Amino acid sequence: MLRGLADPAVDGQVIFRAVLQAMARPGCIVEVPGPLEVPSPLHPAAAAVCLALVDFETSLWLDRAARTAAAVEYLRFHSGAVIVDAPGTASFALIADVSSMPALDAFPLGTDEEPERSATLILQVASLDATGGRRLTGPGIAGEVRLRADGLPPAVWSEIRDNHAAFPQGVDLLLVAGARLAALPRSTRVDL
Amino acid sequence: MSASVTDIDARRRWMSVLAKAEADELEAVWREIPATPDYRILRGPEVGLVMVRARAGGTGTRFNLGEMTVTRCTVELPGGLVGHAYVRGRRPRHAELSAVLDAMLQDPARAEAVAQPVVERLAAAQARRRRVAEARTAATRVEFLTLVRGEE
Repeated sequence: MLRGLADPAVDGQVIFRAVLQAMARPGCIVEVPGPLEVPSPLHPAAAAVCLALVDFETSLWLDRAARTAAAVEYLRFHSGAVIVDAPGTASFALIADVSSMPALDAFPLGTDEEPERSATLILQVASLDATGGRRLTGPGIAGEVRLRADGLPPAVWSEIRDNHAAFPQGVDLLLVAGARLAALPRSTRVDL
Repeated sequence: MSASVTDIDARRRWMSVLAKAEADELEAVWREIPATPDYRILRGPEVGLVMVRARAGGTGTRFNLGEMTVTRCTVELPGGLVGHAYVRGRRPRHAELSAVLDAMLQDPARAEAVAQPVVERLAAAQARRRRVAEARTAATRVEFLTLVRGEE
């Protein structure tokens, strides 16, 4: 088995702060300090977010690519998470292969009264770049920002646009590549 | 996790004995083990709180008795065997050694020759302490005589 965070209390707070910053500034790329060791096929930032935000009261769904024996054992041991089989029951989801991911509305979207009962999705992509790519506007963005996520299929981008249209319902997305992370909360509008 | 523990009761017993050992006893038996394994720490030792739950009268509704400080540690031996330990109080070294011994006890090759005798020695010391405490308590026993008011 692999080791997790070097200092769970301190590292967890640093990771939490990084995610908070990313959520507050959608499309802005932040660096996330990673765990000591990360099982394949998880990216360090994806593993870090799981270890910091997921615990025994949180349900985590893994796609087929992420559901390796090493990853399941690692996440169970270090986070204590309940790993669920149905996307509809997950509060967090980790998607290693974005080319064959379920539709965004397969995950809990919350309700108009309780939008917080929605899922947070961690999507692993090949790379993240702040130049070129899609135009993002909305709360937390001065004017507009650009985000390119290599490996994210156009079909998923149009689902992300529709996800914003259902506001206040919808999922929040964290895109990760290696140690880098950018957030696309449901409040962000994406131009295709 | 990776280890297949055939006898959960046996493991429960040795984990209990290791957790209840005195810190210096554990240190002493550890020094006497001829070939202590190289191990790596997967988690901890870290101190935290657990909520101790109890039932009123032993069978009634469950309630939170109070929080207790515990130290936990998880280690892995070179073969991949994983040992866990949860001990009371702030005792990082105790938790670490207990976790290593827990891993060793799951390995049949090591358990027979090395680790099992350690557990028996610790268990005997605990039983001895318990007998002394019981004898001391028994000496202060008061036989109450119940007087029943005669109804007839």
